[in-house]
Amino acid sequence: MERHYLLGNEAIAHACLESGVGFVSGYPGTPSSEVVDVLRVQKDLTCHVEWSVNEKVALENALAAAWCGLRAICTMKHVGLNVAADALMTSAYTGVTGGLVIMSADDPFAHSSQNEQDTRCYAHFARLPCLDPSGVQEAHDMIAVAFEISEEFRLPVLFRPTTRICHSKGDVELGDVVPNTRTGEFHKDPRQYVVIPAHTRILHKKLNEKQPALKKRLVEKGLNHFTIRGKNAIIASGIGSSYVQELLPPDVSFMKIGAYPVDEEWLGKFVQQHEKILIIEELAPVVEEAVRQVAGCVPVFGKINGYAPYEGELSPAVVAGIMVKAGFLEKNPFASPTSVQDLPMRPPILCAGCHHRAAFYAMKKVFGESAIYPSDIGCYTLGIQLGAVDTTICMGASITVGSGIAHSGESRDVVCTIGDSTFLHTGIQGLMNAVYNGANMTVVILDNRITAMTGHQPNPNTGVTATGVETPPVSLDAVCRSCGVTFVETVDPYDLTGMLRALEAAKTKKGVKVIIAKQMCVIVARRAGVKRGHYAVNPETCTGCGTCVRFGCPAIELVDKKARINELCSGCMVCSRLCPVGAISREAQK
Amino acid sequence: MTKSFDILIVGIGGQGTILASNVLGEACLREGRHVKGAETHGMAQRGGSVETHIRIDGLYGPLIVPGTADLLISFDLLEALRYSHYLRTGGKMVVNRHMVLPTSVFTQKGPVLTEDEVIAQLARSGPCLIDADRIAVEAGSSLAQNVVILGAASWSIPLKPESLLAAVKKLVPPKTVEANIQAFEMGRAFGRTC
Repeated sequence: MERHYLLGNEAIAHACLESGVGFVSGYPGTPSSEVVDVLRVQKDLTCHVEWSVNEKVALENALAAAWCGLRAICTMKHVGLNVAADALMTSAYTGVTGGLVIMSADDPFAHSSQNEQDTRCYAHFARLPCLDPSGVQEAHDMIAVAFEISEEFRLPVLFRPTTRICHSKGDVELGDVVPNTRTGEFHKDPRQYVVIPAHTRILHKKLNEKQPALKKRLVEKGLNHFTIRGKNAIIASGIGSSYVQELLPPDVSFMKIGAYPVDEEWLGKFVQQHEKILIIEELAPVVEEAVRQVAGCVPVFGKINGYAPYEGELSPAVVAGIMVKAGFLEKNPFASPTSVQDLPMRPPILCAGCHHRAAFYAMKKVFGESAIYPSDIGCYTLGIQLGAVDTTICMGASITVGSGIAHSGESRDVVCTIGDSTFLHTGIQGLMNAVYNGANMTVVILDNRITAMTGHQPNPNTGVTATGVETPPVSLDAVCRSCGVTFVETVDPYDLTGMLRALEAAKTKKGVKVIIAKQMCVIVARRAGVKRGHYAVNPETCTGCGTCVRFGCPAIELVDKKARINELCSGCMVCSRLCPVGAISREAQK
Repeated sequence: MTKSFDILIVGIGGQGTILASNVLGEACLREGRHVKGAETHGMAQRGGSVETHIRIDGLYGPLIVPGTADLLISFDLLEALRYSHYLRTGGKMVVNRHMVLPTSVFTQKGPVLTEDEVIAQLARSGPCLIDADRIAVEAGSSLAQNVVILGAASWSIPLKPESLLAAVKKLVPPKTVEANIQAFEMGRAFGRTC
């Protein structure tokens, strides 16, 4: 069989095609986005593929497709599952007919996230099975099993890869694509699909009755397995089990947990055959708690007694350290060399020519340092480097936090920023609420017509669907006005004068004011072949005052006390308008 | 268990570390060898410091432990220094002789390092320094700097140069194949001297 060098998410996407998937939905979120991104560009698709406006919407759509008998997958990042949780909890009661796999990608170490929550806890909470892969090949192979389990037990199955699986690569063996041959058909059954109290009490009991057989089947499917090699044992899950296998001494038994719920009887037998147990897992002590319930007098080493960290991600070096501390390894095979200290940081930064930077600059110019700037989740969260982001908590929480601050007696101006995709995700309700309850605040919608940060996925504002079908773009102006906002201005943020004027006008008015700062994402513009020329500094005129450099554009450098524009310049010309001595102008065509 | 050959590729988001990883992965497939890797995606890519791990003959996890990399390839001088502790004693370092100063230096008045200062600090690792921009332009495309550096590093990579070159041909945009072949060969010729 031919092998391929694939990203975890690419392998997962292919596995969906091998399982005859008939419905795909999701909301982009690192590290989950590439699954739908790969599927939506496949030729000869035999399934419906959509980017939904948020995770709750995505899950409810996929659930309905599974009720109609299709195999459905719904993808999101871990925090997206919070948004989808309302549907998730009761979908366990209604169950499914066609297989439903809910991929919720966890992000230990919060590489690209606001927290480090663990999807396995949701699985436990909802009493749903959860599959937890340890590598790219296994992530691929688990998709087929997830669909089988979902259809056998008529339950949605959670699938929980982590960043080091979604965004790691490996040589993978793929299977053949199986086209979807099912046509969805909804069979009316109010006792199953209408969760009024009389029905839901029965459905809850049925869900609980499924658990014992489910636990046994996960072991029979080979998802949870062990090898006995000695008196001591390590039990590991997820990517942690890969790290353990690199380090495992030959006389230590090994149990790999790849699926939950874990069968207590099976687990207890293994634990009781050993003298001490070490648990290696990322984030919450899910396996550890299961082990402790059956361990009796067998000592257990894990997070709960301080041998392993609750937070962050594991690595071979971290696992080696835990093994040494718990007495499972004599000495750490890794030296821990220190990195070179005090180097200039290179954090991610808004692109050269990004219009968010221009919008932030104008906001700060008009509202000043003292105004309060609640913000949201997207590329523009990087506005923190420009001092224009004071709060970020979760999707859509810029406007709601802003109105809360405005209503709390705070007298300073409140100026929120939210991207177009985030506004459509969960921002609209906050805006409607702010208008309804009479908040005084300014909302700047940073509208780049795309979901940029996660890799430029289209949204209802883009004018095209996930699969490239043209569709009428949502009018943000009309949405805001229909929420009751009377001050709605759409401005090109590259037009600094216009932007300043709109913000000044908003500052003088009461109520909720919305400014839509609309301009194409520079990356999309570059790919679309938009050429705006290149700007240059006249060294004769430049006084080296640093105004342009402090703007923070990576295209502007200070060399020998003079500003210089490098090859990153995208021609947005905002810096030329900032320069107090007019030293920046467009370069003549070469 | 056979020991994997561990390569850390570092640079700045957008410089082509992922293409370099794909070339190595594809070359491994051609030689029927296992390979594991880890990459930076998402927001962290936006002009930030990025790292790509590749473990040739890797069977388990994708991550390389600091102090154990056999080869460090860096597309930027400063990033080479930032990740230099990943290299094992006696490991090889192949570095682009060019530094992009982080914008943080200007906006937050951070310490300014010169290229010569960084080179002096890297000296104890005996790096192979390569002017990838100049060679890439000579080869026909300044965008082929990543392939130039890969060519220079190819002497230290336990894969056949034919496999690497075949992978380059397969993975670069069709219009740039010639320039990239040239870039690989010129990089490789340079790498022989250091």
